[in-house]
Amino acid sequence: MANDEMKKTSQVGEAKAKEPKKKTSYISAKESRRITKFNRKITKKLEHDREEAGKDPAYYTTRMRDPNNVVEFDNMCTYFFSDVGTVKAVDGISFDVPKCSTVGVVGESGCGKSVTSLSLMQLLQRPSGQTVGGEIRLNMGDGTALNIVNTPVEKMQELRGNYISMIFQEPMTALNPVFRIGRQVNEVIELHNPEMSEEEVKARTMEMLELVGIANKEGVYEMYPHELSGGMRQRVCIAIALACRPGLIIADEPTTALDVTIQAQILDLLQNLKDKINSSIMLITHDLGVVAGMADYVVVMYAGRVIEKGTADDIFHHPAHPYTIGLMKSKPVVGKKVEALYNIPGAVPNPVDMPNYCYFRDRCEMHCEQCAGKYPPEIRISDTHVVSCYRYIDEGTVLGYPKTVDVEGLLNG
Amino acid sequence: MAEKTVQAHDAYSAELFKDAEKNPENLLVVKNLKKYFPIKSSFFKMTIGNVKAVDGVSFVIKKGTTMGLVGESGCGKSTIGRTILRLIEKTEGEVFFNGEDIFKLSKAELRAHRPNIQIIFQDPYSSLSPRLPVGEIIGEAVREHNIVPKEEFDDYITRVMEACGLAEYHKDRYPHEFSGGQRQRICIARALALNPDFILCDEPVSALDVSIQAQIINLLRDLQKEFGLTYLFISHDLSVVEHISDTVGVMYLGNLVEYAETDKLFSKPLHPYTQALFSAIPVPDPDYKMNRIILEGSIPSPANPPSGCKFHTRCKDCMEICKYCRPDFAEIEPGHYCACHLYNDPARSAELSKIMDEMKRAEAEKAEAKKK
Ligand SMILES: Nc1ncnc2c1ncn2[C@@H]1O[C@H](COP(=O)(O)OP(=O)(O)OP(=O)(O)O)[C@@H](O)[C@H]1O
Ligand SMILES: Nc1ncnc2c1ncn2[C@@H]1O[C@H](COP(=O)(O)OP(=O)(O)OP(=O)(O)O)[C@@H](O)[C@H]1O
Ligand code: SF4
Ligand code: SF4
Ligand SMILES: [Mg+2]
Ligand SMILES: [Mg+2]
Repeated sequence: MANDEMKKTSQVGEAKAKEPKKKTSYISAKESRRITKFNRKITKKLEHDREEAGKDPAYYTTRMRDPNNVVEFDNMCTYFFSDVGTVKAVDGISFDVPKCSTVGVVGESGCGKSVTSLSLMQLLQRPSGQTVGGEIRLNMGDGTALNIVNTPVEKMQELRGNYISMIFQEPMTALNPVFRIGRQVNEVIELHNPEMSEEEVKARTMEMLELVGIANKEGVYEMYPHELSGGMRQRVCIAIALACRPGLIIADEPTTALDVTIQAQILDLLQNLKDKINSSIMLITHDLGVVAGMADYVVVMYAGRVIEKGTADDIFHHPAHPYTIGLMKSKPVVGKKVEALYNIPGAVPNPVDMPNYCYFRDRCEMHCEQCAGKYPPEIRISDTHVVSCYRYIDEGTVLGYPKTVDVEGLLNG
Repeated sequence: MAEKTVQAHDAYSAELFKDAEKNPENLLVVKNLKKYFPIKSSFFKMTIGNVKAVDGVSFVIKKGTTMGLVGESGCGKSTIGRTILRLIEKTEGEVFFNGEDIFKLSKAELRAHRPNIQIIFQDPYSSLSPRLPVGEIIGEAVREHNIVPKEEFDDYITRVMEACGLAEYHKDRYPHEFSGGQRQRICIARALALNPDFILCDEPVSALDVSIQAQIINLLRDLQKEFGLTYLFISHDLSVVEHISDTVGVMYLGNLVEYAETDKLFSKPLHPYTQALFSAIPVPDPDYKMNRIILEGSIPSPANPPSGCKFHTRCKDCMEICKYCRPDFAEIEPGHYCACHLYNDPARSAELSKIMDEMKRAEAEKAEAKKK
């Protein structure tokens, strides 16, 4: 309500200031009311559907396509019903996280990496954020799988921390500013090890803090989050995430706030832990150096879609998609001085209003005639390497087009 | 005894950048800056010690140049930044901005300076007001300080946003609707919109993908060329630091351990910590095998730092003297400063050996007294 009012007054102010050459970025009050009404209806329906589906395990139990995967994303769509319209943050992505391996997810800032991981954790900001289509299959190890999209909240709470755990991009969002660090780590350990005594819990907390390289661990135990440096907060989050030996670790930019020596130490720690307890890692990061060092498979995203995926060797040595090629070119390298860094020209299209051709076309230096047609399909160009780009249409097998969801239709149908 | 070496060290540092503030070429002069955070006991709220977050740091940034600041996480980089901007009070030391002592400014004078000195925070999440739409977050201070005439305001904000990789349609949205990297760009736009002379960039690009990162870095460089902006650039990404900085300082546990022109530092790092740091830079090639210098031992606590050279517990070149005396931050080669006993000249070596012998004797006497 307050938002609407604010928007109206600011619009009035602006209209007065200069009427003629105003670009159409602001939404009329009527349009805004329509959007609000639509959002209320659709989120209500989606919440209701989910609740129904959650009542019967048959609706959320499925099978893995390949039992060697821990997670399979299958045309998953996650949208935000926001005040300015429907933001298709993730629109029909498919990729697998195989057992005991590390999958690196890279891509333009804002392309939907965090939203993908939050969908898997069911931690989207609801009701505005909703997974509206596709499946996320989580392997339960007993021949069955859960479809996370329909899994009820109570079941999810059991899984989070125990089975999947997440290192968040912004540590301050994961830490509670009013509690001391020690208490916050203790809580997680207690929750998952109810049999432990108070001393054992504290000892384990200390051990975890030591493991992530926190020096002053007795001091930090008593501190509040604001008293820690950026990197220390991030390491506390890592300690919390690793405290309970999860089968799948989602690490969203786990080391951006850390210097390279501690980064190396943390990455070693993740790698060792993964080998020791046979877990898998989904590693989201902008640091191509880190991805190259850690990942077995790499997924490249752009504007809410997967545009290329393959083994680390495929992506780093034979990048195929023009965006991936541009990304590799933009990275500054120590010892190679250049006047200006290369950057991909142009900007991502508005997620509320995506074009119906290749999302990268307006920035693509290699576009050809076909690219004006519909969004390119996924094309398999080797056993492990898949790319969405018309340049390879004659070289590989076409696998299919990413699915999208017609939200208006959803409401009516 | 330890006190004595510290005093000798402080006196030495004070000499180093003497009168640097009087040179109009220097925009920022930091002399022997210290910031200690008191540790309070949980029972009586008594101070039982100090976290020596910044423990005697001196450097100079010339107008129109960029200084990169790198170092172990938690070594005090952000604290230096926050103290320079007087967001927190110093413990000791002096900071001159354009020849003026920052710590002597009154509240009102400081406010007048504010638009000139901007900061891009490390944690964008906590520095953006959740209740304001993005256009307002960026524009608020622009209006307050009358940076552009009223009728140009809208276009101006749009231009700044576009330069930072944001689009006009973002103006109406609220911070929580953005990704981590987009939020960081909002912070950058907010700082740049005020036309500052100096920007403290605390990890400004680490949340961004490499292409946007390149765009922002190119933008910062262009602004510098055009308007002579000065930056202090804190980052863990050494390839970015190498690209953007004219000089680089390397910190360890509250101290600057090495400081030189970028080319010099990267081609010939002198300090053993710098060498270890450079050996751990990840390379974007899955076949590349790194030759990392592994730092042995655990990271010491800033509340109780090791005696002598703070790095001695983990240094591969540690000598006896390192455990007793704190190394001077000395000019080893013209413009190349380093704090390490490996590079002592013979005269200073002899002097320090004497101090060490004295300390040893005192130690032995103490032990003897204890026995009795
Ligand atoms: N609560 C929300 N409401 C509306 N839009 C949102 C919301 N959260 C995210 N988005 C949008 O979804 C898109 C994807 O965001 P996401 O956080 O997944 O990006 P990301 O790939 O993690 O980027 P980064 O690397 O910058 O963290 C962005 O365009 C963002 O603006
Ligand atoms: N308000 C505070 N109270 C107590 N200690 C603090 C406070 N702020 C910072 N510290 C301590 O000061 C030290 C330096 O912190 P600072 O944030 O400057 O590190 P940094 O070099 O920026 O690290 P990073 O690279 O991880 O951001 C840390 O040990 C931290 O715990
Ligand atoms: S499909 Fe065409 S426009 Fe899109 S990335 Fe490939 S070449 Fe470029
Ligand atoms: S002074 Fe000694 S311990 Fe310190 S860095 Fe130099 S050699 Fe290593
Ligand atoms: Mg993110
Ligand atoms: Mg910091």
